[in-house]
Amino acid sequence: MLAYIVRRVLYAIPILIGVNLITFVLFFVVNTPDDMARMQLGMKHVTPAAIEKWKRAHGYDRPLLYNDRRQGLGRVTDTIFFDKSARLFAFQFGQADDGRDIAEDIRERMWPSLAIALPVLLVGLLVTISVSMLLAFFRATYIDFAGVVILVVLMSVSSLFYIIGGQFLVGKLLHLVPISGYQGGIDAWKFIILPVIIGVVGGIGSGSRWYRTLFLEEIGKDYVRTARAKGLAEMRVLFRHVLRNALIPILTGVVVVLPTLFMGSLIMESFFGIPGLGSYTIDAIRAQDFAIVRSMVFLGSVLYILGLLLTDISYTLVDPRVRLS
Amino acid sequence: MIKPVFLLTDLLIFVLVAVVIGFAIYARRHEHLRAPWRQVFRSRTGVASLLVLSVYIMIGLLDSVHFRLPLEVPDNGLQASSQQGQPQSHYSVEVLSLLDMALRPLREQAEKTYSAPLATTLFARETVELPDGSQQRLYPRLIYGGAHLHNPAAERGADLFKRTGVAIVMALVVWLLLMTLLLWLLAYRRRLSLAQMLDNVLHRREAVPWLVVVLVSALLLVLVMLMIWLAPAYHLFGTDKVGQDVLYQALKSIRTALAIGTLTTLIMLPFAVLLGILAGYLRGWVDDVIQYLYTTLNSIPGVLLIAAAVLMLQVYIDSHAELFATDAERADMRLLFLCMILGITSWTGLCRLLRGETMKIREVEYIQAATAFGVRSSRIISRHILPNVMHIVLISVVLDFSGLVLAEAVLSYVGVGVDPSMHSWGNMINSARLEMAREPMVWWALVAAFVFMFVLVLAANLFADVVRDAFDPRLRKG
Repeated sequence: MLAYIVRRVLYAIPILIGVNLITFVLFFVVNTPDDMARMQLGMKHVTPAAIEKWKRAHGYDRPLLYNDRRQGLGRVTDTIFFDKSARLFAFQFGQADDGRDIAEDIRERMWPSLAIALPVLLVGLLVTISVSMLLAFFRATYIDFAGVVILVVLMSVSSLFYIIGGQFLVGKLLHLVPISGYQGGIDAWKFIILPVIIGVVGGIGSGSRWYRTLFLEEIGKDYVRTARAKGLAEMRVLFRHVLRNALIPILTGVVVVLPTLFMGSLIMESFFGIPGLGSYTIDAIRAQDFAIVRSMVFLGSVLYILGLLLTDISYTLVDPRVRLS
Repeated sequence: MIKPVFLLTDLLIFVLVAVVIGFAIYARRHEHLRAPWRQVFRSRTGVASLLVLSVYIMIGLLDSVHFRLPLEVPDNGLQASSQQGQPQSHYSVEVLSLLDMALRPLREQAEKTYSAPLATTLFARETVELPDGSQQRLYPRLIYGGAHLHNPAAERGADLFKRTGVAIVMALVVWLLLMTLLLWLLAYRRRLSLAQMLDNVLHRREAVPWLVVVLVSALLLVLVMLMIWLAPAYHLFGTDKVGQDVLYQALKSIRTALAIGTLTTLIMLPFAVLLGILAGYLRGWVDDVIQYLYTTLNSIPGVLLIAAAVLMLQVYIDSHAELFATDAERADMRLLFLCMILGITSWTGLCRLLRGETMKIREVEYIQAATAFGVRSSRIISRHILPNVMHIVLISVVLDFSGLVLAEAVLSYVGVGVDPSMHSWGNMINSARLEMAREPMVWWALVAAFVFMFVLVLAANLFADVVRDAFDPRLRKG
């Protein structure tokens, strides 16, 4: 087990280097260090000397990927790429272009993101599992058929409709809660509840349909027939046998997204004005702040790889048939 | 003469159409491919959703034939200079499509600003100077919407009623004609009398659910006829901020949505299929490299990758403005690029599926037999493996479509979607969103975009389900 984890962590390193390389190339094709300097110093009245000074101060005065003026290892290490990405592996995110500390920002903005994403996941899981269990219970009846039709309709509606419609209905028509914004502390629930409801409703369609097929697949298996043959009641069959077995794929689907919850949702956060990591990233993209984008991409990739690892480990915990090798 | 314009996405769309037609001809001759499609055409949901989809596809194809109209050059010095050589004509910078010509009244009848659906006046009061010199605040009449009415307040209801009636009657007439033709064709092929055939259809004795075809096409025809009879005289879905007809925008957006939904998969398919099969078949270091590639791409948050790439392209386009003759070509370039980058972020799932399936297939006896006979790897892949994973490819292409259409709207909202000058439901929603705050609310553009998108996605989802049921061997019955 431990050897497996160590191997997976080591395997993550080349992947992260690849991720860094891709983001790096993408962004430096767009704007050269000169452009960045111009943007930070203001577009007008920029002298070449000022640009050079800014580049030196921020460490952008070296070649991008390959330094042919150095010898040996220095050719690779004395470049912007190496300098900027090597620190990421130690989770030193450095400073944004406007001088703020990125790590500090992330720590601060993580909580609003989590405050939305975690309830959406938990409540959503509860609702979708209940709905799909209900449909599986009424399988092959008109209730099941109507339920599936409703689910297909729900998943065909654009997520933007849920957001805009929800904001309109709850915020503007009923005047229950503010339609956007955020505030820490006790009053936070007022701002959280609407995005959470919308996030849950938006996920019911596809989620429940998928879970329903999982349940139906399990219901067709031999052990369920055995359970019925023993004379168990349908509810007991469903909850004791089917649910527990169907939870294995559901659980793995959840564990893989668990770490990325920190990253927040780009769309939800910018619609509802939540100062989380999602809106942080969007703002950084719009402002072409490479330092923030690079940090967020790196963080996202680390969390994703962590999610994959957790998935594998959780498999062995819930399903004794699976062995890590 | 008109000057045809071949946008890159147009060409790809026509390549796609050719591929689909070619595949259809190929599938007709092979029983193992015909059987699942027969199942699709025998399902009621399948037929109904296919009919709805075909209306969308028809509009999309009409909108993919582009050209530029010649400008009428006034008779003066300009002509003299061009007379020595070839007679040179000048073309409008506006790229039009066949759909634009068909919807000419909608495109050209622009009002001043907002007007509600079917309205005859503007949405907001304005100060108007009356003929006697006095000023009054009132709702000004629209230039085109209901312009044929003398007294809109009294006549509008009757006029709408009359036009709706005419539209429904016309729809029924066309429908009867079409259905008789269909019935006659069927009767001819089955060598039955018309009455027998009608009886068969009505009592569902045919394998194909013709009754569904009949009913759905009646519904579609009524909708189309309503559009034809109401849209030139009124603004069926109102007008937007600059007075452009919302229905026109919604119809123009269809091509964008279809292009994103189909071209994305068309572009990513070769990579996904080739790399997936190679990884599964060759194993070893090839497998390692390909796995590394898709794990890396997968672990970058998708929206970030798309955003970065689209911004990069925008910078490139802005600095190379001379490469694009018209705005349409520039917008088209961005659309194509968006399809490409969406393809790059979405091929990994299919690739992984194909890798797993190929690993299973390569252990099967017939592959081992082929290897023992000394058949080359390339031949084994193309003859034995590829046909056996095609159902996975088909299912995932159809399933991906609706997700991509929905994704376009979200990306346009973030600002990294299609070009703002291009008609798309995402852009419509994005600009209409700001009008939600108005009191009373301007809701029609939003509703129109959502309804058009919903119908397309719903039809695509239903169709995808039927296709999956027909092609997935695990679900196949008997």
